[in-house]
Amino acid sequence: MPDPNPSGLLVSMQGIYKSFPGVQALIGVDFDLRPGEIHALMGGNGAGKSTLIKILTGVEKPDSGKIFLGGREVVVRSPKHAQALGISTVYQEINLCANLTVAENILIGRQPMRFGAIDWKRMNQQANEILVRVLGIEIDVSRILGTYSVAIQQMVAIARALEIESARVLILDEPTSSLSAHETEQLFEVMRRLRGNQVGIVFITHFIDQVYRISDRVTVIRNGRLVGTYETASLGKMALIEKMIGRTITEFDEMSKIKATTGEHIGAEPIVTTDDLGLTGDVEPIDLKLFPGEVLGLAGLVGSGRSETAGLLFGLETPDSGTLRVAGKEVTRFSPYASLMRGLVLTPEDRKATGVVDDLTVRENIILALQVGQGWFRFLSRQRQMEVAERYVEILGIATPSLDTPVKNLSGGNQQKVILARWLATNPQVLILDEPTRGIDVGTKAEIQKLVLSLAEEGKACIFISSELEEVMRCSHRIAVMSDRRKVGEFPGDAEEKALMQAMAGGEA
Amino acid sequence: MDSKLFFPIMLLGLILLFDSALVPGFFSIQTRDGNLYGSLIDIFRNASTIMLLSIGMTLVIATGGVDLSVGAVMAISASVAALMMNPYVLAKELPPHLLRLINDPNFTFQPLWVVILVTLLVATVCGLWNGMLVAYVRIQPMVATLILMIAGRGIAQLITNGVRIQIFYEPYAYIGQGWAILPFSLYLVAIVYAITWVSTRRTAIGMFIESVGINARASFFSGINERRIKLLAYAICGLCAGLAGLVASANIKTSDANNIGLTYELDAILAVVIGGTVLGAGGRFSLLASLIGAVVMQAVTTSMYALGVPAFALQAIKGLVVILVILLYSDQARSLLRRLGTRQEAAP
Repeated sequence: MPDPNPSGLLVSMQGIYKSFPGVQALIGVDFDLRPGEIHALMGGNGAGKSTLIKILTGVEKPDSGKIFLGGREVVVRSPKHAQALGISTVYQEINLCANLTVAENILIGRQPMRFGAIDWKRMNQQANEILVRVLGIEIDVSRILGTYSVAIQQMVAIARALEIESARVLILDEPTSSLSAHETEQLFEVMRRLRGNQVGIVFITHFIDQVYRISDRVTVIRNGRLVGTYETASLGKMALIEKMIGRTITEFDEMSKIKATTGEHIGAEPIVTTDDLGLTGDVEPIDLKLFPGEVLGLAGLVGSGRSETAGLLFGLETPDSGTLRVAGKEVTRFSPYASLMRGLVLTPEDRKATGVVDDLTVRENIILALQVGQGWFRFLSRQRQMEVAERYVEILGIATPSLDTPVKNLSGGNQQKVILARWLATNPQVLILDEPTRGIDVGTKAEIQKLVLSLAEEGKACIFISSELEEVMRCSHRIAVMSDRRKVGEFPGDAEEKALMQAMAGGEA
Repeated sequence: MDSKLFFPIMLLGLILLFDSALVPGFFSIQTRDGNLYGSLIDIFRNASTIMLLSIGMTLVIATGGVDLSVGAVMAISASVAALMMNPYVLAKELPPHLLRLINDPNFTFQPLWVVILVTLLVATVCGLWNGMLVAYVRIQPMVATLILMIAGRGIAQLITNGVRIQIFYEPYAYIGQGWAILPFSLYLVAIVYAITWVSTRRTAIGMFIESVGINARASFFSGINERRIKLLAYAICGLCAGLAGLVASANIKTSDANNIGLTYELDAILAVVIGGTVLGAGGRFSLLASLIGAVVMQAVTTSMYALGVPAFALQAIKGLVVILVILLYSDQARSLLRRLGTRQEAAP
């Protein structure tokens, strides 16, 4: 009799395509998982990791492509179906009942009964057995789940997933992002034990060093395409980062010329100075100087503290250490409004959640911050609003049917331009641009990059944050590199890519 | 035409058409002493309290919230006003010269303008309380305003020591019963509407309210003081409820803490929903559409009475109306209407 599963693979996804309106999320991606391996799935934001996982767990249907489970082709119809097939997912946010006991959480829906009532003694006993057998941990299962640390809660979620759904495939979606170093080690211990029991684990994380500590193989996805699957041990950290960041082939030579000429106008007195500015748990104390006419690149991987630093400068949070000086004055009031009034603005990373007000028109979105500066009662006249909006639609080349079109009807790139217009209309002195080109087509990307440089030429100071290292290098006169929520180095704009990557990886080659 | 006005006007038209078929001479209007009377005018007059409530409620719902306490705030303001005009009612024993004053139609303890001012102040404080819970303590609007909805009637009872104070002062009664060609309360609605419209649409406040309702987080990132905007909306809502309380108590000439404004919060919310402001999500709002929504709600009530539906069954019928409205406003119904429209256009 032929072996029904000659490859011995637990999961094999072949040629997966998936598109959403306006986005090609996955383009012919292959992915496989062996029994008893920990397989890291890496890629920047929007690379397509989560779409791939959603297809494997039945949340999304692929446009085309095949999924094999244990050698048999399957169609995963729904998350529930995926569980029945033995695929379990533990998400970053734990979906257990924090106000029930550990035992109840593990055995909910199949509690042992006795005389029509729950047999608590037996339930606790069973739950205890499961935890010891599956995870090798011993805790008081009659305690309320919420009283345990996040790591333990996560393990309980894993125990439930593995025991109740008898899963052979376990997907861990950024399980360590809210764990301490010690808790992470606990979780890794459990993962190694599961690996010994022939469970296949897909491990999604942004932490490079964890990939090296725990995973056997690593698959990198970029812009919806498979970059490759590698044995972790044979792939250097640098090589991995290179593969994640990628190189877009574009004609940006002229940009470096512009950069060189604008670089001559950089002012001598810094406009923004931070001295040990930090917020516990968000950003380690950081020293930064920003000069007028300069573009300061902020490089680093996702989760390295770039956006948090931007948020501190903009006053989204109030720092608990250090000082911030803008235009020579020490900042005491931290709020977006106060920042706006001192001429420091931020275009946020998450365009949809914190950027556009999607039901308001293009005109209203553009004049919003300008109006905030004017206050409640000095309302810009309709005519003035039209003038301002028209001007920026023209300068930035915003493609919109009319100024009274709701901004939600615009493409992502044009929405990004609207947010830029909103802040430019307030004539700021300092612009912080957090991932201004994410999810935007190459042409618009180049436009925005040029715009940033021309703003610097006008004497404005810019902080440019991007996950694409090449883009940061192209636009910045100076680059600060962040890793693990602290600034790990500062480089001139023409620094070697290799040196930057080394710094991003945490200083190791 | 403003698309927000289309549905409420259509609904109102349908109900009035229905009424005119039911009640002979529904649209006829008589003149007496230069004043206008008739079924249609009655509907508008009876709608005035809901209309006042719906103005404030529109702003609150536009910020993404809701205010369940407006009915209770009406009761509180009725109690405050009645007590200020006639505190002697609560005294155990009174000398004869004061006893006579109790039902003197020309007597008031405090001048009318003081009564109105203090009442509206108290109502605004009620609104500020709600706004504080929602914007600063970050309690869900429905839960936050539920507190005052429950406690408010108790407070109203406390103010009058549990006594239902009859109001004899005639000038006060004019607020609810007066007539100057049209019912006085309708002028009040017009004034409040005009002031609110100007102060939201001729300032940036309206746009900020909409912005906060659509995306509070993005509004905060744009520098809008999202909390203060919410506080303002609830304060205005409280003020409007105070006015509605004055009208309602003047109309029945008593402070009835148990019954004034009872379930009016639901009518006001529905009026706003009919006006096209989205409950729960907030965002774009139209004050005028809400006013028409308020008339729709009153017209439904009136036609139910005309049909002979007993008062106790009224709420059940209103429930049916709610379902109808929700269906009518659903995306499915809209796309169905759109498809019907295009088919007709396509037909030769």
